Amino acid sequence: MTAPLVVFFALAALAVIGAVSLILQKHPIHSALSLIVVMVALAGLYLLMGAEFVAAVQIIVYGGAIMVLFVFVIMLLNAGVEEHTNLSKMAGAPGLLLVLALAGFVAATVAKSGASVQATAQTGVLSSTKGISEMVFKDFVYPFELTSFLILVAILGATVLAQREKS
Amino acid sequence: MVPTNYYVILSAILFGLGVFAFIFKRNLITIFMSIELMLNAVNLAFVAFSQAFGRLDGQVFVLFVIVVAAAEAAVGLGIIILIARNRQTLNVERVDLLKL
Repeated sequence: MTAPLVVFFALAALAVIGAVSLILQKHPIHSALSLIVVMVALAGLYLLMGAEFVAAVQIIVYGGAIMVLFVFVIMLLNAGVEEHTNLSKMAGAPGLLLVLALAGFVAATVAKSGASVQATAQTGVLSSTKGISEMVFKDFVYPFELTSFLILVAILGATVLAQREKS
Repeated sequence: MVPTNYYVILSAILFGLGVFAFIFKRNLITIFMSIELMLNAVNLAFVAFSQAFGRLDGQVFVLFVIVVAAAEAAVGLGIIILIARNRQTLNVERVDLLKL
C-alpha cells in the first residue's frame, strides 16, 4: 500500500466514524462535534486530491462559520437529549434499507463504469487556486454575482425570521 | 495515487449515512445537520471527478455549493429558532400542525 492510499483510508475511516457517531449520539451538541470531525476529515481528503483552496474554504466556512452557527443555536435554544417514540424507532428499518439500496446502487454503477471513472487520478490539476480564481471571475462571473445576491437575501431573511414581533 | 472510484464510494457511504440520519433523528437541529452531511458527501464527489477529468469546474461548483449551504444554514436556523419559540419543542413529532 502506498502512502496516499494509507492516508486516504485513515481519513475515510475518520469521516465514516464521525458520520456514524452523528447518528448514534443522543445529544445535539455531540452530533455537532461529530459533524466537525467529518468536515475536517473531508478537508484532509481535498488536500490529498490537490484541491488546497477547497480544503481551506471547507475548514473556514464549514468547520468555522456554519458549525459555530449550529453550536450557537443549540446553546441558545438549550436543546436537550432527543426522545424517540416507538414510531420513530420503526423508521430506522426502512431507512437502513433505503441507505443500503442507495449505497449498493452507486457502488455497482461505479464498479461497472468505464475507464474514465476508474482511471487513476491525474496530477495535471496543479496551481488550482489560480485556475479557480480565473474560472470564477471569467467563466462563472454571473453565477458568482448571483451568489452574492443570494447571501444578501439570506441575511435579510434570517434577520426578519429571528427578530421578535413588535406588538 | 488513490483511484477515483474509492472517493465516489466513500461519497456514497457518507450520503447514505446522511439520508439515514435524516430519517432516523428526531431533533430538528440534528436533522438539519444531516442535510449538511449530505451536501458534504456531494462536494467530495464533485472534487473527485474534477481531479479525475483534470478540469477545475467541479471545484468551482463546490464553492457555489458551500455558499448556498451557508445561506441555507442561516435561514434554516432562523426558522428553527422561530419554531422553538412558538412551540417550545425541537422534536419533529410535535411539529405536526400540517398533519391531517
